[in-house]
Amino acid sequence: MAGVVALESLLATQTLWHAGRAAAIAADGEPTGYADLDALLPQRGWPRRALTELLLPADGVGELSLLLPTLARFTQAGATVVLVAPPYLPYAPAWQVAGVDLLHLEVIDAATPRDALWAFEQCLRSGACAVVVGWPLQADAAALRRLQVAADSGACLGFALRDRRHAGNPSPAALRLEHTRDGQGVGTWRIRKCRGGPVPAQAFAAGAW
Amino acid sequence: MLWVCILLPQLALDAVLRRLPDPSAPLALVGGPAQLRTLHAVNPSAAAAGLRAGMRLTAAHALLPDVAMVDYDPSAEMRWQRFLAAWAYRHSSLVSAQWPGCLLLEVRASFGLLGPWPRIEARLREELAALGFGHRIAMAPTSRAARVLAGLRDGLAVDHPVAMRALLDRVPVRRALLPDGAGERLHRMGLRDLRAVRALPTDSARRRFGLPLLEHLDRLYGRTDDPLAYYAPPDRFDSRIELECEVEGYTALLFPLRRMIGDLCTCLSIRDGGVQRFVLRLEHEDAHTDVEVGLLAAEREPATLFELTRGRLERVQLDRPVVAMRLLARELPPFVPATRDLFDVRAQQSLPWPQLRERLRARLGDTAVHRIVPTSDPRPERAWRRADGDAVRIGQAPVRPPRPLWLLPKPIPLRDFHVRIVSGPERLESGWWDGDEARRDYYVLETSQGQRAWAFAPPGEQGGWMLHGWFA
Repeated sequence: MAGVVALESLLATQTLWHAGRAAAIAADGEPTGYADLDALLPQRGWPRRALTELLLPADGVGELSLLLPTLARFTQAGATVVLVAPPYLPYAPAWQVAGVDLLHLEVIDAATPRDALWAFEQCLRSGACAVVVGWPLQADAAALRRLQVAADSGACLGFALRDRRHAGNPSPAALRLEHTRDGQGVGTWRIRKCRGGPVPAQAFAAGAW
Repeated sequence: MLWVCILLPQLALDAVLRRLPDPSAPLALVGGPAQLRTLHAVNPSAAAAGLRAGMRLTAAHALLPDVAMVDYDPSAEMRWQRFLAAWAYRHSSLVSAQWPGCLLLEVRASFGLLGPWPRIEARLREELAALGFGHRIAMAPTSRAARVLAGLRDGLAVDHPVAMRALLDRVPVRRALLPDGAGERLHRMGLRDLRAVRALPTDSARRRFGLPLLEHLDRLYGRTDDPLAYYAPPDRFDSRIELECEVEGYTALLFPLRRMIGDLCTCLSIRDGGVQRFVLRLEHEDAHTDVEVGLLAAEREPATLFELTRGRLERVQLDRPVVAMRLLARELPPFVPATRDLFDVRAQQSLPWPQLRERLRARLGDTAVHRIVPTSDPRPERAWRRADGDAVRIGQAPVRPPRPLWLLPKPIPLRDFHVRIVSGPERLESGWWDGDEARRDYYVLETSQGQRAWAFAPPGEQGGWMLHGWFA
């Protein structure tokens, strides 16, 4: 049987692998502030040095509430958090009530989507920011890849908030969460892609408002 | 005291060459009246073609038709001498630019800080070469002797008065910079060196050559004091470069700009200051365009300042050609370098936040980067304000019912007929005192898409919703 190839050699070259026996992923993620979500993610938190994509059906579905514990924790620790060209005015009193230290929250206005994308990448790459949240409007796959690489070289958490219609397109982001509503109209975050592990079937319910 | 003389033999020429991208191309400075234009100085490649200082312009053109001509400007020469005096001020606290074409520095007091003379000399030469100025350096116990020795041989240094006198005795009279052409006259009289001049009877020497000669000799040998006007650094920076040709695009301005920024930073480090605001003035034939560069914190890193200025320059629409460029900094505030932990682990190309902020502001506009601060006004549109700069005090917002994270810049009608009221109303009645009165009932609504909206209606009504924010 000349065509027989030893199973071991296939495994050794990694052309064949055991399902469900994933290599141990270091649980070194940045805690999201939601224990249920942490449990679903392979790194037990937001992936560090990477871009995370949040896909939204509309603005104001709870995307900021998902990020706020993380933002609050970083600003309180004195790290810089940047919002690049937010779609609305961040309302200072509410952000303060949510625990964000406004001294370390920087807001960047950009006149055009191109400028916004440039500023987003600059902030990610600089290494001066701990978290950068952006709303890239005209970002194609190449632009997203640049952002992902920038987040890696700048060693920061990048969050790209985009419309849900981009969910079908491939993305280089390390983690993609999509906001959906279940039958009862409760908003949940469904994981579309996560680097370092299989996509969990379970969704994360953001809970009541 | 121990004086160093830095002789700048071709100051005017170097000042022109250093702003050219290719200093090796033949170039000559032209001076004199319009009918009799003569060459004032030539650079090495022009000299290699046979051009000499003092040559007539027509003769120079005959020898080398494509030689670049630049007008000789005596005031520019003075300005560059002052600039170099500012540079020399880093190495000594007593600097004089009193005599034309040279600088004098007292260095004995600098030995403690900068090391022995050979090290200082190497440093001076290295920095002058980097600045692009040809130079000859000599050191002697009196300033006048240093000047004379620098004219004789580059690198001559004596630090003892006895050795200096012995050396001066052998200086030819024509090279001793004697006043009123006395050197030439003495030479023709058969007196060859200063020893012979000093041997003359004082009375007859005074009768023949006047008092200045004797004073010069006394000061040269250190027998009397030599009063000098010392340089004091200016408290502003002003530099101007005339361009060789009319420039239409900004890229051609970058090279001279880099030099100007470098000069500015040299000036800043001398003053131990930084710059926070300066103007780059692009001069046209009959008008000028000002490019204002304002930073949120004082800075003096040449690369950073250049990049920022370049960013501003890129956004300027040049509708007329630029003939000259001027950099003007009126305020030079003290500069405190950012402290950084020695063992701080930083990413490889990481950029501190202030620099990143300036880069962003340079491209996106001065007001692009800001923070948000709550205020105590109950009206939502006035309950926050923007804060620029570092000095921000953030107070605590008064406790109020839940407020949305997103606020719309202006309330807009909410086009959704299937809203569900989650909570409300919250009556807001305020602002009657400043003519911007608001009477609204705020509700938290849930839209058909599942969004949480913050909307208001006229008091007492539940319809005609005006959307004012999102609970995101």
